[in-house]
Amino acid sequence: MFSGFMVNAWTVGSIVAVVAGLVGFFTVLRGSAFVAHAIPNGSFAGAAGATLLGINTLVGLGAFSLLGALSIGVLGRRGRHDVVTALALVMMLGLGALFLSFSAQYAPEIESLLFGEVLGISANQVAPTAALAVACVAAIVALYRPLMLSSVLAEVGEARGVSAFAMELCFLVVVALAATMTVPVVGTLLIFSLMIGAPAAARSFTDRPLVAMALSVAIALVTVWSAIAASYETNYPVGFFVGSAGAVAYALGRIWAGWRGGRAVGRAVVNPAPTIVT
Amino acid sequence: MSAALIFAHGFFSSEDVRIAIVVGAVVAVVSGTVGTFTVMRGQSFAGEALGDIGITGGSGAFLFGVGPLWGFVAAGVVAAAAMELIGIQRPRGRDLATGIVLGAALGLAALLLYLDSTLHNTTGAGRTILFGSVFAVSVGTLPLIAGLGAGVLALIALLYRPLLLSCVSAEMAAARGIAVRAVGAAYLLALALAVALAAISIGAILSTALLIGPAATALRLTRRPGLAIAVAGLVGVAAMWLGILLAYDSYYWPPKETGWPVSFFVVTLIFLAYLLSGLPALLRRRGRSG
Repeated sequence: MFSGFMVNAWTVGSIVAVVAGLVGFFTVLRGSAFVAHAIPNGSFAGAAGATLLGINTLVGLGAFSLLGALSIGVLGRRGRHDVVTALALVMMLGLGALFLSFSAQYAPEIESLLFGEVLGISANQVAPTAALAVACVAAIVALYRPLMLSSVLAEVGEARGVSAFAMELCFLVVVALAATMTVPVVGTLLIFSLMIGAPAAARSFTDRPLVAMALSVAIALVTVWSAIAASYETNYPVGFFVGSAGAVAYALGRIWAGWRGGRAVGRAVVNPAPTIVT
Repeated sequence: MSAALIFAHGFFSSEDVRIAIVVGAVVAVVSGTVGTFTVMRGQSFAGEALGDIGITGGSGAFLFGVGPLWGFVAAGVVAAAAMELIGIQRPRGRDLATGIVLGAALGLAALLLYLDSTLHNTTGAGRTILFGSVFAVSVGTLPLIAGLGAGVLALIALLYRPLLLSCVSAEMAAARGIAVRAVGAAYLLALALAVALAAISIGAILSTALLIGPAATALRLTRRPGLAIAVAGLVGVAAMWLGILLAYDSYYWPPKETGWPVSFFVVTLIFLAYLLSGLPALLRRRGRSG
């Protein structure tokens, strides 16, 4: 399980989990679950297009993720955010359907893009994944304070000169980067479980942002590791285990929060606002 | 331009086209009606998620050999119930509840598609479910689609006033004695059914286009809900029919001469309609500032 090609799976899986845990924390904090679903999902069209043109899949994924992120950001200024996200997503998917109909070979390749192929990761995928991961983490570190402020108290942020629109665009670009690196590994559809389940669970356990972020990364790592191990043992797709583990982690978090909330009646812990440590 | 140029040879005499036109209209009207409320309630994500969850139902139906529509319907209803239980009714937890259910359901879909391909040796299942095709609907499914569509419209008609009121203000609705949560749950059921219907015609992952696009376009043009529903239905039907026509015409288009997918045309037309509907407001703003 830890030899040969599996080493790549463990390495890349761990990198993906760290990024998903970090980016996911802000996703949940900002209530941007839909965007976190739409960008990776729509970027699959880029992969289909890249296959058609015979260029590197990563380039197609990156281009479409960024395109999706920027159109959601820009159109979202005028229209309703959820509507714009939905429409940008379907437009990308529509293009994906078109590219698919043009390309000769189909089937398993596309399903693996949608649902991931973590056990088939080759050694030459490790370097680009790691590079994109470093970029993602660096962006989160650099943006940490303004992004946190803008996510929690947008008005205060504006007053202090942090443009909510600029932060939204930055956040969307980070999600696009994360999508580009994670999609070939866990698939367009399931990166999302990792980016929602783990941080949502983490936030049920603690209100402190840094602790929650660390916990979110830890839960994501455990999710990915156990999913890889289970997939290796059973041959079932890794996405199945990632998806289920995300839901289980969230359920545990809710049970914990409910139990703690029950003990601390009167402490107003219904959806506590996170404390900002600046 | 002569009619023969626009309507390729045999357009109206093709059985597939006639079915597609009927199914497309039914689905577009139902989606537009339900979608108007979806946009007003800010539940686009739930609508989109229910479409994706149709993949789970579709692949399950493939595995057990039942009609895909039943799979879409069953998965949609179960998922809607789960979202309701986790807490889609609270604005704050809404997207999270949707996301958790979506993640779990897609995980299950991955497993079902895997089982489909290993047990039945069918690799095309995924593509059919994801991208569907209105040309692939059989005559036998037609009454079922019409019946379900009528059922959804009846449900919305029944819910109309309380639903509208709870869209505007949940507190006011509750004060007037409306069971806001029950109305929300019933509406979610209508949404699940409408999405299942759309999934059968333009595919699970593109059903959102028909649900959200025409409704969002209509709500940008008018603030009156009744009128918005009518406009949404019209935009949806127009996009479907034009899409079907273009797909039929595209049969001899490059690069492969096997036709472009209907769903691509429908989605593009809907997207364009939405962008265009933003123009009046944009021009007004320009006019005021200039």
